[in-house]
Amino acid sequence: MTIKDRAAIVGVGATPYWKRGQSYPETELSMACTAILAALDDAGLTINDLDGFSIYSNSCDPATVGAELGVPEIRWATTTTSGGGGCAGALGVAAAAVSGGMATTVVTLMTLQQLNKRLGGSAVGGVLGYAMMSDGGGSPYGSSGIPPTAAFTANNGLLSPGHSFAQLASRHMHLYGTKREHFAEVCISTRDNAIKRPTSLRTEPLTLDDYFNARMINDPLCLFDYTMESDGAVAVITTSVERAKDLRQPPAVIMASAHGGDGRWGPALFRYFQAPDEFFTSSGHRPIAKRLYEMAGVGPADVDVALLYDHFSPMVIMQLEDYGFCPIGDGGPFVADGNIRFGAGTIPVNTHGGNLSEAYIIGMTHVREAVEQIRGTAINQVEGAEIALVTGGPAGLPVSATLLRKA
Amino acid sequence: MAGDFGDLTRGVFPTILKDTNANPTTQPFWDAAKHDRLVAPRCTSCRTFRLPPSPFCYQCQSRDVEWVDLQGTGTIYSFTVVRHPLHPDLADACPYVSGVVELDGTQGAGARMLVNIIGVDPDAVRIGDRVEIVWEHVNDEMTTPRFRPVRA
Repeated sequence: MTIKDRAAIVGVGATPYWKRGQSYPETELSMACTAILAALDDAGLTINDLDGFSIYSNSCDPATVGAELGVPEIRWATTTTSGGGGCAGALGVAAAAVSGGMATTVVTLMTLQQLNKRLGGSAVGGVLGYAMMSDGGGSPYGSSGIPPTAAFTANNGLLSPGHSFAQLASRHMHLYGTKREHFAEVCISTRDNAIKRPTSLRTEPLTLDDYFNARMINDPLCLFDYTMESDGAVAVITTSVERAKDLRQPPAVIMASAHGGDGRWGPALFRYFQAPDEFFTSSGHRPIAKRLYEMAGVGPADVDVALLYDHFSPMVIMQLEDYGFCPIGDGGPFVADGNIRFGAGTIPVNTHGGNLSEAYIIGMTHVREAVEQIRGTAINQVEGAEIALVTGGPAGLPVSATLLRKA
Repeated sequence: MAGDFGDLTRGVFPTILKDTNANPTTQPFWDAAKHDRLVAPRCTSCRTFRLPPSPFCYQCQSRDVEWVDLQGTGTIYSFTVVRHPLHPDLADACPYVSGVVELDGTQGAGARMLVNIIGVDPDAVRIGDRVEIVWEHVNDEMTTPRFRPVRA
């Protein structure tokens, strides 16, 4: 027995999205509570129904949120380890809790306020902070104590996720002939999707000239290849498919979910640089894709819309390969042919504008969009969408994915 | 003007961590580095190298290693050219090259080094370029590696 088709997402709630730091005087706790209440209300439920938390990246403290909102009884409180890679997988954990009878109504959320913190250093301590992730564990935003491995990474100038993922992008270009024009197509198609949405933080049109005139942050990544940094919270509610029938919204059934990855991928990308060549130049999602499709009993041709974690544009191209939308190494030409465009493409990608152009709430905006696509209420609605793919990561393991479908 | 990181040289990332924070697993690497020698632990059971040094062999789970002298030459596996300083006081070091090097004498994956590649025009760096180690004496306890193109 698996979790296939046993639980559904029935409620979605969010705060507005803000540019980094601009959510003040809201706090991460207040935004989490706002999103949870909105998600419950969307489902036609109340705080008295909520009894579980399946979070990731330690997005909130369920004890604090439970006390703040007066949750009558918490029966499930788990976090998927590591960082943003767990976002889609936390939905599978919620489905496991519900289908296993451990809880009835489980929230998955991210709340993020980048007022005083960012991933990758902007200060001396922060610069060292990234190196201290070399042995994993703890929050990527800071840790105490310098591990013995830090001296092997701190002085090489590799300071941020963008510096790390550029190494993957460079090698992808080297092996497969992928070009910056291909990264640009990811950025431009995503921006085109964001422009039509009132929630988007970047709504000015983006042209190829704009892309090539943007300053290089670190080769081969320019400003537009990077996610933005933003504030906000998004929450979704998972319950059983039986109970979902009686609730307010059309359910988005969790067909399948998987998290994890090849054990050699490692934490926080540092050990990852030791990965064997066959998956160094990948998104790390291949084992997830295999298990996901097996559980769901479908393949890439059955997916109508893909919400792919897009912290850096080249990683969208590698996910398209790893999820089988195109052969390994062909991701660049595949996007250049217009395949990921909303309206005309064979597999519309990030119809909400993604992390690149709508907002970066560490993957939860993708989950929200997947649910709206299945409900048929998305602003950039893919006509007849029956099945949506949503992914988390690449990042330190676990990376993850979930398939949602119409009931 | 010197900022948080002291006087900087373009292309050279400053030594922001001046302490090896070594434990018995990593100390032999730093002891050899003091004498400008590159050594790496090799599993005595299956002969797999691993860097950074770590307690267990990922191939056979053995904890026994022998420390092997390497030539200090290798090949650029991948790299990035950092042009935008993450901290404003790092501006004078940019652009610099941060790369992944596969070391001659090892199996490659599992023993790659993440290093600052110096003495090179960043725009001329290519994957597959041959590089060699250069040691920077930081203090009596720490000598840290960088790489540069192999001199003909």
